[in-house]
Amino acid sequence: MPEINYVREKMPVQDPSVRVRNFNEVALGYDAETAIKEASRCLDCKKASCKDGCPVGIDIPAFIKLIKEGDFNGAIAKIKEKNSLPAICGRVCPQESQCEKNCVLAKKGEAVGIGRLERFAADYEMRREKIKLKKPATSSGRKVAIVGSGPSGLTAAADLCQMGHEVTLFEALHTPGGVLVYGIPEFRLPKNIVAREIENIKKLGVKICTNMVIGKIYTLDELLNDGYDAIFVGTGAGLPYFMDIPGENLNGVYSANEFLTRSNLMKAYLFPEHLTPIYIGKRVAVIGGGNVAMDAARTALRLGAEESFIIYRRSDKEMPARHEEVEHAHEEGVQFYFLTSPTGIEGNEQGWVKGLNCLRYELGEPDGSGRRRPVPIEGSDFFMPMDTVIMAIGQGPNPLVPHTTPDLETNRWGNIVADEASGRTSKTAVFAGGDVVTGAATVILAMGAGKKAAQAIDEYLKN
Amino acid sequence: MTNHILFKIQRKVVLGPKLKLMDIEAPEIAAKALPGQFIILRTDENGERIPLTIADLDREKGIITIIFQEVGRSTDDLGEMEAGECLQDFVGPLGRPSEIETFGTVVCVGGGVGVAPIYPITRAMFEAGNRVIGVIGAKTADQLILQEEMERVCHKLHVVSDDGSIGRKGLVTAPLQRILDEEKIDRVIAVGPLVMMKAVCEVTKAYGVPTIVSLNPIMVDGTGMCGGCRVAVGGETRFACVDGPEFDGHKVDWDEARQRSRMFLPQEKAARECKGGGCTCRK
Repeated sequence: MPEINYVREKMPVQDPSVRVRNFNEVALGYDAETAIKEASRCLDCKKASCKDGCPVGIDIPAFIKLIKEGDFNGAIAKIKEKNSLPAICGRVCPQESQCEKNCVLAKKGEAVGIGRLERFAADYEMRREKIKLKKPATSSGRKVAIVGSGPSGLTAAADLCQMGHEVTLFEALHTPGGVLVYGIPEFRLPKNIVAREIENIKKLGVKICTNMVIGKIYTLDELLNDGYDAIFVGTGAGLPYFMDIPGENLNGVYSANEFLTRSNLMKAYLFPEHLTPIYIGKRVAVIGGGNVAMDAARTALRLGAEESFIIYRRSDKEMPARHEEVEHAHEEGVQFYFLTSPTGIEGNEQGWVKGLNCLRYELGEPDGSGRRRPVPIEGSDFFMPMDTVIMAIGQGPNPLVPHTTPDLETNRWGNIVADEASGRTSKTAVFAGGDVVTGAATVILAMGAGKKAAQAIDEYLKN
Repeated sequence: MTNHILFKIQRKVVLGPKLKLMDIEAPEIAAKALPGQFIILRTDENGERIPLTIADLDREKGIITIIFQEVGRSTDDLGEMEAGECLQDFVGPLGRPSEIETFGTVVCVGGGVGVAPIYPITRAMFEAGNRVIGVIGAKTADQLILQEEMERVCHKLHVVSDDGSIGRKGLVTAPLQRILDEEKIDRVIAVGPLVMMKAVCEVTKAYGVPTIVSLNPIMVDGTGMCGGCRVAVGGETRFACVDGPEFDGHKVDWDEARQRSRMFLPQEKAARECKGGGCTCRK
C-alpha cells in the first residue's frame, strides 16, 4: 500500500507584488506532471463521500483516476457527463466547503485538490482545441426559453439541449454569462474562459439572444403564447443593496455591482481603449465580507488605489468569503477592519466622498444566521478618510420578471418561490432556479438548481 | 420571436450643429415601445452603453428614432456613423412608459435635445384627448428641433430661444409662467437639461400643478442591476432605469442629480481628447 500523502501540490500563482498591477489570472493552474502527482494522492475510497458534496454530482474519483493514468481527455469527458462549465467551476467553486470538505485526507491533512484537477482537465481540453461534444438526443420538437445566461441558465440550457429540446437563451446584457461576466473579475475568472465555455454550449445547439430584457421586450406569457412549451427563469441577484445611511448618493460611492460591472463587463480597466470610465481614489473602502467584497477590494488596487480597505461588521471568522480569496487579498495588501461598520458617509462641498463615520462592534449572542450578532460599542465612533466607497453588502433578486408576471409567486424579499427539487413555480410551465430563488449564493449552487430544473422540465415536457 | 441582431441605421439626418437623428431598424423594440421609454445602444465592441430616450417609432416599418447631441466621445462616435452601418447593440424598451391619461389641459415643455423625448409624450397626450400646450426652446434657431412635428400635436405651441433667433427671446419658464397665470393647468411634463427641469418645477410648484420630469442620469445596464442611476425623490433613493425615468419633479433632489451627473467629467474629457489627438488620458 502506498504511503498516504497529506500535503497538496502547490498551486503556482502570480507573485502578489506583480499581480496587484495587472488583471491577469492570479492562479496559474497545474501542469500535467503536477496534476498527475496530485491525482495520485486520491485514495479512491469505496464510499467516496466527496461526490456527495458536489451540487452537480460529478463522479469525482473516476475523473481523478483518469488524470492519474494520464488519460486527460477521458477525465474531462467524465466531468462533462455532469458539468457543462468545468473550467469555470474549477476556478470559482468553494470546493473547501463542498467536495473537498468530505475528502478523508482532510481529516488529517489537506484534501485532494479536486477543484484544481477539474480546472486542469478543462484547461487541457481547451488548449487542445479538441472539444468532444455529446451527441444530442433526437429532437423532441419542444421549445424551451431560458431567461438569464448566468450559471443556472447556461447549465439548464446545455442539459435541455442534450435531452433533445430546442433551447433559446435570453440575455439582457450585450454579452452572455451573467455574473461570470459582469461580476467575477478577470484575475479570478478570465473572460476568454467564460467565452469558450459558452461557445461549447452554443455548439450543442443552444441559441443565445443577447440584448433581450425579458419582462420588457417580452413577458413570460408572451413567450408561452409564442410557442415556448416551458420557461426556466434564472435572472440572478441583480439588485444591489445599500445600507440606507446618510451620504450614499455622494460621488465616489458605488454599489459593488456597478463598480465590478464597469471594470469587468465594460472593461473600464482598459479605459480609454474601452470607453466606459471608472473613478478610483487613493483610499478605497469596501463595505462587506463576502467574495464580492474581496473582488471589489482587489480590483480597486489593480485600478491604482493606494490603499484598499475591507470594512466588515463581524470578525474574520464570520466572513462569508472563501478562505483563498481572503488570503489573496491579504497578500495583495488589502487592509481589514473587522467589527467595524459605517454609520454615514461624509462629503465635501462638491458632493464627493471625504470619508466614513464608523462605529466599532463586539460580538454578542448568535443570531438567526447562527453567526454571533455584532453589537455596537457606545462612544466608539471614529472617522476614516476615504475617496471611494463600495457597498458590497449583498444583492436582491432582480424584479423585472416577477413584476411583469402577476401569477408568479414571490416571497417577501422578492425571490421567486420555487420547489427546491424541481424548480417548479406557482405558474404552469415556468421553472426557476439560482440566485433569483435562493438569494445571492454560489455559481455551483445555481448550476445545481439549473440541472435539477432541466430534469424536471424534461419530465414536464414528456407528460 | 428571433432577436434582431443587425441594428441597421436606416436614415441619418443632421438636425443642427452636433444634433443628429437616426432611424434604427429594431422591429421587436418598435413593436413594444411606449412614449417615455428609452433604449441603450453601443456603437462598437469597445463602446459605452449609451441610454437615449426614444424620440419616435414606426411599428409597421420596425423603426426606432433616436435624436442625440454630440456631448462626449461616445456620442461623437455615434454621430460619425452613417446610414447603412449597424450598431453593435441596441436594447429596449427600458424604463416605465409615461402615464398617459385624459388629464384636461397639459403643458409639455422641451428644452434643447429634450424636445426629442417630449415629442412622443406630447403626441400621446394629444391623442388621449387632452388640450395640449407645447413650450419648446433651444439656445439658437439652428439648435431647435421638431418644431413642425410639435405644431401638429399641440393646440398651441410656444417657441423660445436664448438669443431670440427664433421665437421669443428667453427661457421656457417665461411662457410657462404666462400660461399658468392665464388658465388652469392640470399637468406639466418637462424634459430637458437638469437646470431647465429644475426651473420649470420651481415655477409650477407655486401653482400646485403636478409636474413630471424625465431624467437621464449616468447608468450602465439599465435593468436595475448597477444602481449608478440612483436619484433622490422625496427623500427616497430610486433607480431611474427601472423606477423611472419619469418622476414627480417637485420631489426630485435637483442639486444631487446635478452633482451625480458630474461624476465622470475628468474621464469624459480625457476620452474625448484622446480621440482628438491631444491625449491626456495616459498618466
